[in-house]
Order: sequence, then structure tokens, then C-alpha cells
Amino acid sequence: MTDDMEGLWSVGTAQYFLTTVLLMVGLYGIVARQHLLRKLMAMNILQVAVIVFFIALSAKSGATVPVVIEDGLEINVASYVNPLPHALMLTAIVVSVSTTGVALALLIRIRRRYGTLSETMLLAKLRE
Amino acid sequence: MKLAFGSPALDAASRLMTPFMLMFGAYVVVHGHDSPGGGFQGGVIIAACIILVRLVRGRAGGWMLAPERALAFACAGLGIFIGVGLLGPIFGGNFLDYSALPLLLEAPKARAAGSMAIEIGVAVTVTGVLSLIFDALVEARDDG
Amino acid sequence: MFRLSLVPLVVLGALLMTAAGGLPPVGDPESPAATHVSPRYISRGPEETGATNLVTGVLADYRSYDTLGETAVICAAGLACWLILGARWREDGGAQ
Repeated sequence: MTDDMEGLWSVGTAQYFLTTVLLMVGLYGIVARQHLLRKLMAMNILQVAVIVFFIALSAKSGATVPVVIEDGLEINVASYVNPLPHALMLTAIVVSVSTTGVALALLIRIRRRYGTLSETMLLAKLRE
Repeated sequence: MKLAFGSPALDAASRLMTPFMLMFGAYVVVHGHDSPGGGFQGGVIIAACIILVRLVRGRAGGWMLAPERALAFACAGLGIFIGVGLLGPIFGGNFLDYSALPLLLEAPKARAAGSMAIEIGVAVTVTGVLSLIFDALVEARDDG
Repeated sequence: MFRLSLVPLVVLGALLMTAAGGLPPVGDPESPAATHVSPRYISRGPEETGATNLVTGVLADYRSYDTLGETAVICAAGLACWLILGARWREDGGAQ
């Protein structure tokens, strides 16, 4: 758990850069795509970027998953990753599923009412 | 609306997998204190099982969790959560303070029992809400 | 037109990339996130909450009020989903 893991995690800030790229992909999709369903998918990508960022914050070199396996009274803090971001992101994932469900329901209603999900066509129909 | 991909192979596979999925979901909920798992994950697994049967056999499979009943499940889970939390003030502790529960247990065991009850409530809520969302999205028609 | 949105995005991305240099490196055991409350969760979690899975201990015990809010949000999301799509069924006079 020591040498290999350290090699895996000693990437410095590369994970932050990759997370930023993921965030930019999501933001670009939300801003630039015309189809509302694609905007929703881009929003999910953005949520994944935030989740990956939090999980990257929780990592510690040479640490293992936050399930205590040793029986002794003394627990070495440095040998377990930070459990707090994991707990927060666990709820965030389920909430993102729920919000995606609500968003899909809203999209179905919009499509029923206006017959389209394209933003420009929706705006044109709203102006009529 | 029919949304059943019923074929003999799918039917047999889903029949084979369903009990194991349900049992694994319950295991993940109940064993969440000592291994990776918990209410959210177990609830999602149980909801996936319900959705699998719903996809393969359709509504006729008898596994349809009607929207009203799924909503009742969701609210019941939230009620379990709040009820267990309110037991704390009733027995002289703080809100959601499980160590005040009269369980005749040591403090960590009582807290573990209280958080187990809360995890079960969360699992019931997640199961109900996920199957409710699935049913609502599937039942929606595009003809209006 | 929509391509113009690339410009602020690139600026924002450059800002974030620059800011990422100020964050502690990934895996740093001495980072602020790992030294504030999390040592207490790790060192005293099992004896205080009775859960050897620290994530469950944090989720269901230390921060159960947070989890209560999340559960309420999920419940509300299910209710909203059903109401948004269910109104149509009731208009039909009991199709569902």
C-alpha cells in the first residue's frame, strides 16, 4: 500500500487540471449547445467534475480507504483518506440523480407543450 | 403503456438475478457500518432490481411499485429518519442524538443502532424515489 | 455566435488552472482539508459512532442533520417529478 500508491498519487496538481478541463467541457455544453437534453448532459458532466475535485481533495499519499481494519486502540490518521468529502459526495451523487430526474420530467413537459427541445425553436415559439 | 423487453433469455436471467440483487442490496444497507455501503447505495441497488423486473416483464410482472405507493415509501423513509431523530429529545438528548435512546447498550453500540435505523430510512426513501422517477418518466407520453 | 461563448470559458479555464497551482498537491497528508476536522473523524470515529466504516460514521452520525436535509431533498425531487408528469394522467381521468 505504500510504494505503488505513492507512485499513483504523486501526480501533483495534474488532477486539478483534468478536473478543470472536465468543468470547462460541462460549462461549454451548458452555454453553447442548443438542445436542452444536451445541456442537461453537460450539467451532469459538470457535476461529475465537482465530485472528482472533491474526491481528489480527500486523497492522501500512502493512505487506504476509510474503513478501519486495525483492532488497536490507536488509529493512525495518516493511513486513512479523509472520509468527509466521500460522505458529502455520496449525498451529492444521489441528489444529482434526483435533480436529473426532475429535469427530465420538465423536459418531457416542455416537449409536450412546444413539440421541440431546441432552444432557438423554443424562443421563436415563445415570441409568437 | 407497454415497456417490456420480454424474451425467454431476459426473463430467465432476470429471474435468476433478482433474489441475489435484493439480498445484496439488503446486505449493503445492513452491513454499511463495517464495509463500504450504506443506505444510499443499498437503496439504489434495490431500486435497480425493481427497475430491472419492470423493464423485462413490464407491468404485468406484478412488481410494479405504483407511484402512490412509491411516494408513500419515500415519505415513510423520511418519517423513519425524523422519528428516530425525534426519539433523542423525547428521551432527554439532542435531536438525532442516538446515544440517548433507551437501548440498554453502551454509547457506541446505541449510536450504531440509531444510525442503522437512519440508514434503513434512507434506503427506503431512495428506493421509493428512484422507482417513482423511473415510472413517471416511462409513463410519460409524447402525444399531447 | 455561440462560438463567442468560448472566449469567457477559456478565460475562466485559465483562471482556474492558475488557481490550481495554489492548491495543495493531490495526496498531501498535510493539506488543510486533511488537518481540520478529519483527524477527529478518523481517530475517534469508531469508538464514538460504533462504525468502522468512517464514511457511514460521518454520514449517519456526525453529520446526520446534513443527511436529513439530503433525504428531504430526494423526497421532494421524487414528489416534484411525480407532480410534473402526473398532472397529465389525472387530466385523462384516471389513465394512471
